[in-house]
Amino acid sequence: MADLVVFLTLLVVGYIVGSILERRHFRSIEARELETIGLPATNLEILPPGRHENLGLVVGSAVISVDYFKRFVAGLRDLFGGRHSSYESLIDRARREAVLRMKAACPPGTTAIMNMRIETAAVGSQHIGRRNGIACLEVCAYGTAVRSL
Amino acid sequence: MELTTLPIVPGKRIVEHYGIVTGSSVRAKHVGRDFMAGLKNIFGGELKGYTELLQESRQEASERMVQQADKLGANAIVNMRYATSAVAPGAAELFAYGTAVRVE
Repeated sequence: MADLVVFLTLLVVGYIVGSILERRHFRSIEARELETIGLPATNLEILPPGRHENLGLVVGSAVISVDYFKRFVAGLRDLFGGRHSSYESLIDRARREAVLRMKAACPPGTTAIMNMRIETAAVGSQHIGRRNGIACLEVCAYGTAVRSL
Repeated sequence: MELTTLPIVPGKRIVEHYGIVTGSSVRAKHVGRDFMAGLKNIFGGELKGYTELLQESRQEASERMVQQADKLGANAIVNMRYATSAVAPGAAELFAYGTAVRVE
């Protein structure tokens, strides 16, 4: 009985706090994406015409975990199969955050980021057969900052 | 040392290739950080401790790669890539590799 109360409390707390945090994070991501819209990040290897200067490697990364409620829903989803919408938003948040951090790490004068790559890795201590592992995801975005002369 | 993910160094000409250089670093998670991660597990959101930890080890992997390139006499690394893999529960390997070259 006590276990059930703890479980339900975690579920409710996870749902409320988790969705507030997620909405706040998405708002912040959207605002910063608008601010950095003038700095294009591309995965092209060929530079646009004109002379360019190499400003070096820029890296941005983020580790984001899902809340208790979403993990529970995902566990149910595992039984029936289909779209894991609770994990889709997790991955989306982590990727966009990593790209924004990479843009923030650019040295002054950067006009573009070339050959950007996005790396995703599950870093949680998810043991096989253990339910309470940490489901979290690391996304690392990196590229080359260039300045057109 | 100039690092770039491009196959060329913008604005410079490559005069010599030295082949692949690599660097890696395996990190286990800190117990204190793992406890905080356990709390975050309920609410969701960013695990700042892990972000820093992985960023540090990625930096270390890059430094090792740069040291190797230095020994070869290179002054730039082109076509650089990162890779991450979970080698064991609670430990992650960060790997950096690229081609060491000399530019004018």
